[in-house]
Amino acid sequence: MNKVLILFAHPRFEKSKTNRALLAGVDKIEGVTLNDLYEQYPDFNIDVEREKNLLLAHEVIIWHHPLYMYSAPAVLKQWMDLVLEYGWAHGSEGNALKDKMVFNVLTAGGARESYAINQHNRFTLREFLVPFEQTATLCKMIYLPPFAVHGTHLLSDQQLAEQARLYRNLLGRLVAGGLPLGSICMYDYLNDWLPAGEG
Amino acid sequence: MSSAFLQDALIYLACAVVFVPIAKKLGMGSVLGYLLGGIIIGPFFLGFIGAEGKDIMHFAEFGVVMMLFLIGLELEPATFWRMRKLILGMGFMQLGATTLLCFAALFWVGFTWQAALACGLAFSMSSTAIVMQTLREKGLTKTESGRSSFAVLIFQDISVIPILALLPLLAASTTQAPSGGHATLMTGLPGWAQTLTLLIAANAVVLIGRFVFVPFLRFIARIRLRELFTAAALLIVIGTAYLMMLVGLSPALGAFLAGLVLATSEFRHELESDIEPFKGILLGLFFIAVGASINFKLIIGNPVQIMALVCGVIAIKSLVLYATGKLSRLSFDQNMIFTLGLGQVGEFAFVLFAFIAQLQILSAPWTDMMMGATAISMTITPLLLLINERLILPRFGTKEALGEKEADVIEGEHPVIIAGFGHFGSTVGRFLRANGISATILDNDSDRVEILRKMGFTVFYGDATRLDILKSAGADRAKILIAAIDSPEINFGLVERIKKEFPDLRLMVRAKSRLDAYDLLDMGIEDIYRESLDTSVRLGVDVLMKLGFRKYSATRAGQNFIKYDEAALRTLAAHRHDQEAYLFNTREQIALQEQLLANDREVFPNVHDDAWDKRAED
Repeated sequence: MNKVLILFAHPRFEKSKTNRALLAGVDKIEGVTLNDLYEQYPDFNIDVEREKNLLLAHEVIIWHHPLYMYSAPAVLKQWMDLVLEYGWAHGSEGNALKDKMVFNVLTAGGARESYAINQHNRFTLREFLVPFEQTATLCKMIYLPPFAVHGTHLLSDQQLAEQARLYRNLLGRLVAGGLPLGSICMYDYLNDWLPAGEG
Repeated sequence: MSSAFLQDALIYLACAVVFVPIAKKLGMGSVLGYLLGGIIIGPFFLGFIGAEGKDIMHFAEFGVVMMLFLIGLELEPATFWRMRKLILGMGFMQLGATTLLCFAALFWVGFTWQAALACGLAFSMSSTAIVMQTLREKGLTKTESGRSSFAVLIFQDISVIPILALLPLLAASTTQAPSGGHATLMTGLPGWAQTLTLLIAANAVVLIGRFVFVPFLRFIARIRLRELFTAAALLIVIGTAYLMMLVGLSPALGAFLAGLVLATSEFRHELESDIEPFKGILLGLFFIAVGASINFKLIIGNPVQIMALVCGVIAIKSLVLYATGKLSRLSFDQNMIFTLGLGQVGEFAFVLFAFIAQLQILSAPWTDMMMGATAISMTITPLLLLINERLILPRFGTKEALGEKEADVIEGEHPVIIAGFGHFGSTVGRFLRANGISATILDNDSDRVEILRKMGFTVFYGDATRLDILKSAGADRAKILIAAIDSPEINFGLVERIKKEFPDLRLMVRAKSRLDAYDLLDMGIEDIYRESLDTSVRLGVDVLMKLGFRKYSATRAGQNFIKYDEAALRTLAAHRHDQEAYLFNTREQIALQEQLLANDREVFPNVHDDAWDKRAED
């Protein structure tokens, strides 16, 4: 049994159809905590103590955000800079987050195919996420592949509902625990692992 | 202490405690409560107090003395100077025209010209006690009508000095026999000498105030005993009053002068807070005594004459007041409040009539009639104001609600009500409006209401603590009520009412100071907004920037300070009641600051802000 913390960062959540669908009702799932950073810290004045206590109380951390200019919105970077302190999260004595799981959940306007060499975005999504991956590694955490919803402007209601169902399914399995970490990390996206693992 | 004294005290206090809350509940204001209480316990109804009512009246007049001392204290020379045009213009017009018309009317019905003039002067006085108390309770002191009323009252109060000086000149015979009352130094002097004595006495008070009272108070303050300071304050007021009485003058005027002199001294606020409770109780006693002194036998004996006198005086006064208001361009609503508010004959008329009788300008039976008319007119005023507020203004003046508009208010359309649209409430309202949230506004300044309605706001006009107005403004359907009234007392009254009558309505409350915020916390209010906190901190942040701090660091320091201060407010609020009673009110403020500064040193987190910078310590 794991506890899952979603660190959600979206400056215009009220206008994001995709994220509203993904997040609808997730905080009702037992074991899942939703921490809406822009709602909690509209002035970017992050309460470091509160955030540290939240991290300590959860085993799985999710950075949930839209992909803005190939990275996360500003408040999430602010959060990382302030909360993941030297001597607490990293450094020789910084072991507070050791062996916790962490990954990105993100929404992107561009199609999955455009994130490739010789394509429009020139790099793969995993390459853009390297700063997150290395931060996780620095903090001695286990970094999982991202769960990504691509082409958000073109999604039909049905496709969106399917992605939302997958996300909820993922959260349920993270809470349940006992994940085959070794095989999960072979996938590019958690989206790919999920249908395989569902059967 | 005689049992008679205790019995009297019991009756008067019980009368106040029973009738004032009833009057307040009925929305009538405390003055009317005292007056009606006095009538009911008086000799003509229950008869709890009989002939000795007159003595009580003399005692209770001391409430008026204290009130004038306080008015003098509040009236700094600077304020006086700022209002000079209003005071001289409106005051002179009101006093002159009223005296002239009353003189003409009384002369016409057969009084001697001396008596007619003396009565005219007495009738031109309005009741500072009733008007100021009523205006303050209704939160109208800062409106146009409030300022105008204050100006006229001040002019009248000051005029009493020259009027008292003039009256002896009107006396038919210069050597009058004292009517068995207390002999004064002036008794038996010719008119011109009495006038001279009076001017000398007035100047003496000013000089003594400056050169004796202030050093005396400094000496007392050094001893640091609170009750001693209170005793000294009372001594000054009573001493001045006694001195004036000795020379045969109105003690109230002496106190007014003493207050005026002390207004510029450093003890102004302490004197104010020390005398205030005594004034409140004695003034209440005075109103009760006025009610009890109304001679119903006289009224039943001469109903036509008395009623003609009362109606005639009120009519003449109101006519002059309305014209005065019109000339100073008061709007209809403000002018009606001004006119009816000052329409009565005031407590100084008692003083003047007594003096007039003593000088034998007017016969004793007529003096009784005049005093009776004065007392009745004082009782009628709060009733007239009530009728004006409930019946006249809603129909002919600024409407409480816009009739057709009210029907249009669809449920949930205006989720927010703003009570009080002064500098605080209006900023909130403009911000909300800029974001497409229309709020319903409650305000009691008719001029402001007019303008807001022209701009298309939904505005309800009237006393925001009244249940019917709150209901018609939609307090039972709205989500949030913003209590932004300038006067903390009225704002607290509103908060209490809302908590009781509309428990589901979310309250967001303006607090003028940290102490107000503590009181609100005690009342169980969560959303408290201290009006100076954010602005002061923002200024502090700007200072840091000007001193070369990086702007983001300064901004963060400001954010942290506000967060810390809000938390400290809540922890320190709990400890507040542990403290012993403070020497002075202002001392409490200072002790509070000391406590805050000590707390800052211990727990304020900003000094340790090493965000982004942990490694630099190595």
